[in-house]
Amino acid sequence: MTLLRDPAFLGLSGAILGFLVLATAVARVLRWRVRTPGETIANLNARIDAWWVMCAVFTIALLTGGAGSYLLFGLMSLLALREFVTLADTGRGDHRALFWAFFVVTPLQYVLVALKAYGLFSIMIPVYAFLFITVRVVLAGQTDRFLARAAQINWGLMVCVYCLSYAPALLTLEGPGLHGQGARLLLFLVLVTQFSDVFQYVCGKLFGRHPIAPTISPNKTWEGFAGGVAAAVLFGAGIWWVTPFSPAQAALLALAAALMGFVGGLVLSAVKRDRGVKDFGTTIAGHGGMLDRIDSLTFAAPVFFQLTRYLVGG
Amino acid sequence: MIDRLLAETTARVARLVAGTHIASATALDDGRQRVYVANHTSHLDFVLLWACLPTRARRVTRPVAARDYWARGAVRRYVAERVFDAVLIDRRPAAGCPPAGPAAVERMLEALGDRRSLILFPEGTRGSADGMGAFRSGLYHLCAARPGLEVVPVHLANLNRILPRGEFLPVPMLSRVTFGLPIRLGAGESRDAFLERARRAVEELAS
Repeated sequence: MTLLRDPAFLGLSGAILGFLVLATAVARVLRWRVRTPGETIANLNARIDAWWVMCAVFTIALLTGGAGSYLLFGLMSLLALREFVTLADTGRGDHRALFWAFFVVTPLQYVLVALKAYGLFSIMIPVYAFLFITVRVVLAGQTDRFLARAAQINWGLMVCVYCLSYAPALLTLEGPGLHGQGARLLLFLVLVTQFSDVFQYVCGKLFGRHPIAPTISPNKTWEGFAGGVAAAVLFGAGIWWVTPFSPAQAALLALAAALMGFVGGLVLSAVKRDRGVKDFGTTIAGHGGMLDRIDSLTFAAPVFFQLTRYLVGG
Repeated sequence: MIDRLLAETTARVARLVAGTHIASATALDDGRQRVYVANHTSHLDFVLLWACLPTRARRVTRPVAARDYWARGAVRRYVAERVFDAVLIDRRPAAGCPPAGPAAVERMLEALGDRRSLILFPEGTRGSADGMGAFRSGLYHLCAARPGLEVVPVHLANLNRILPRGEFLPVPMLSRVTFGLPIRLGAGESRDAFLERARRAVEELAS
């Protein structure tokens, strides 16, 4: 609970609370003022209501120190993997491999993160799970679409589990400039990527004219992209004081996180398009599934972690 | 007491693992007697269908299960008879016995009584995910004996991927349970026409 005595953490939490109150007020006024509230305004209200819950859960997890955060991200990985596998083209022969992926590989990855075993958690899925799952699939003896099936399970594990686990792995970083500031780094990463997402959405809705990737997602526009990334960089630089970095370094890290977050959203949109669905699920009202919410985080986390690790000299 | 608790717990866990999305065209908690008919691809089917019913309907609804499978072994028997209060019926008669059909319908009518509902998988066995088999005639005889009995078509999607045939450990996956509009046996409707209409009602919910 040392975070409760951390002025940086408290200040930022207060700012988020203020931001949520403001957003809720704006959305409610919009719903009240507009005579016939359309789907966009209803969805905006649902999204903001869900943000309250997400912020509360995330704050509680951070306050518990490591354990709560590893547990929360582990559960998020399981939910995301479940959504991914539901859409994946797996067959009858993949059942046992999937069982291993859900109940052995995923928990093991988070246990390794919790044990701060960087040498293991950074290679367990790309090396051992990759080989094991592939072999487990082949041993089931189903050869039709073998490559496609094995590849999809491994891809799901990489994105939903391996990449996402780099977010709570920030808690394990140690270095000369870091004194138990892992929780602040995690907060920084999550806030910056989500801030970027929110401003991409808002700028896209307000000013979006030119689609950035029309074949993948008509909702993603150059205006939204520019607005989201710019807002994230300014925001990241503005809260440099929660990180061990200078404002310029914080801005660069925020830029990396926002850019990776954007391409993450693009890649997972392509997956949805390929499978012919609009959302991955219905877990989070207004947002869709877990994977719809954390698509940007999965791509931003590993890059942000490695850059931070390099900067703090851990 | 413990049996009831086990049933509720199993239902909760099944819904959690299967992240079930429920879509319903009708209100089911009005205390009316019904027969829920669904496609059958997994052992999870009856647990999940039962779990997705409104509380009031769940309390009075019993699954119909095959005796030759569910009465074999102490665990299965306990799960079927005590935990889920299943109505066990004979699917096929042993050689030299009279046909099982009439006795099975008799058992179902007895189980319905004047307040219970039933879950029935009229294909008679777990099929493949690709298509449904023909419905057995038990459903028709049941409806003929109880005029006005509501048949609610239910489609269960993706359960065969969560717990396929021959596996005993489930894998988490999102599933969908869709309740359709109830149908009734029409006056003078033939057996085959009614069974085909019921089968199609379930099939149409798939899309």
